[in-house]
Amino acid sequence: MMTTRNRPEVKRKPPNAARTWDPSIVVFACNWCSYAGADTAGVSRIKHQPHFRMIRVMCSGRIQPGFVLRAFERGADGVLVSGCHFGDCHYVNGNERAVEQFEKTMNVVKLLGMEEGRLRLEWISAAEGARFAEVINEFTDQVRKLGPSPLNAKRQAV
Amino acid sequence: MPELAKAAKETNAWACYDCGKCTATCPISRIGGNYSPRRHVLATNLGDRQGIIENGTLASCLTCGLCDLRCPAEVSYTRLVQRLRELSHREGVEPECPHGGALQSLMRMMAQGGTQQDRMGWLSKDLKTESEKGEVFYWTGCTMYYDAFFPDFQLTSLNGTRAAVRLMNTLGVTPVVSPEERCCGHDLLWNGDRKNFELLAKHNVKLVTDSGAEVLVTSCAECLRTWNVDYEPFFEGKMPRIMHITEFLADPAYGGRDLKFKAGDHRKVTFQDPCRLGRHLGIYDPPRQVLKTLPGVEVVEMKHSGSRAMCCAGGTWSNCDRFAKQIQVKRLREARATGADVLATACPKCQIHFRCAMKDPNLGAEIEIEMRDVAELVADALE
Repeated sequence: MMTTRNRPEVKRKPPNAARTWDPSIVVFACNWCSYAGADTAGVSRIKHQPHFRMIRVMCSGRIQPGFVLRAFERGADGVLVSGCHFGDCHYVNGNERAVEQFEKTMNVVKLLGMEEGRLRLEWISAAEGARFAEVINEFTDQVRKLGPSPLNAKRQAV
Repeated sequence: MPELAKAAKETNAWACYDCGKCTATCPISRIGGNYSPRRHVLATNLGDRQGIIENGTLASCLTCGLCDLRCPAEVSYTRLVQRLRELSHREGVEPECPHGGALQSLMRMMAQGGTQQDRMGWLSKDLKTESEKGEVFYWTGCTMYYDAFFPDFQLTSLNGTRAAVRLMNTLGVTPVVSPEERCCGHDLLWNGDRKNFELLAKHNVKLVTDSGAEVLVTSCAECLRTWNVDYEPFFEGKMPRIMHITEFLADPAYGGRDLKFKAGDHRKVTFQDPCRLGRHLGIYDPPRQVLKTLPGVEVVEMKHSGSRAMCCAGGTWSNCDRFAKQIQVKRLREARATGADVLATACPKCQIHFRCAMKDPNLGAEIEIEMRDVAELVADALE
């Protein structure tokens, strides 16, 4: 049987305590550049805001509209798509595909009536740990300013 | 299983005498897919729930309705498939959605609501519309989303939508085009997602009822079927008359026959019957009548036309595979064989799927043909 004896006791806040709202952000990162860039940020111990979940894919070209829309549908307040700089793609031109897919996604997201600022495309290389932290901070602040996702609003009220 | 027994009763599946005509006519089975409508009917009658779900071919059905037409026992296989998909959706088995499920996500987000969609951006200044109340409601469908989502096919389904509004304006009708419109939920319903379909249905029915419209006109064959058949139980009072734009133009009451056209060069046009318009609702003549009134247009028929028409093989966003592709190529070859200059259609989905097939790098030149919406052709011929 599993034992929980050695685990530190978690102190939970009472449910009604007023908490400031933090956005939940999904970051798609390619295996070769952006994910490694996030790693560099971590190894260099650069501080950045922690309100995102990262999903690693092999190439940013894989990130099709369905992924991003599903993230929004499931309650993400912002989605960041990231990959290698142009010319640095591990698969030669996967990031060019990523741009095509991103443009389609942006078109549809705008039609749906979500704010443009909730979706962003960034190129971050494996060496750019500081830049990764900067992008994350900037994007988190931007989404925080926009507030909770309009799709989400009802769900949170319930 | 009582649920299956109920489905068998309501869709007449119990009357099946296992002749196999459905499988023999099914476009997917004919082309070689591992799919058989008869197997599903039989499994329903046997109450073999697991067999239906684990078989894994439920999503292969195009719901084109050809088997319904041929069945001597009058089994409504398309309705049965709708039921079985609902059942399997409840068990958590979903079709492998093409386009990464993006379109299903969109529909579910619309069902969830909360955002103000940009549904009016396509309206050009010369088009007159009302935003809330009026006698005629023009249901745009999701063409703006399709055009934004399929830029690679040079899809211009919005041109058909604009043309429809322009024609209505010319006939002295200022239709209601509402920014609050949401997806009709057709594809969710046919994917088995009844819950989200009902959310959309309730919203849309209320929207149209509140507008006080007596007639609802749409350019999309799928929206037409949904409004006509699947939305009926959601209406409390009187239902507006639901018309396709080609029916509207062919109806003498609205003066579509008196439209003045400029002289045009001789052109051959062939018509692709959308499955929702044709076999599901029995509307074959109005689009042809409308096309025939255009100067210089000669309507030529494909080998399979009218109730025998072949499907664009992608109606419900639940099936896109090598079989679908083969059906599309076959159909486009039929269109080319007529010697037609233009392939006219009355459903944006037909346009999407045929244009996609035309993108084939090897066959492209053999099957390419200009595709236009019927309303677009009519609006272009206006004086």
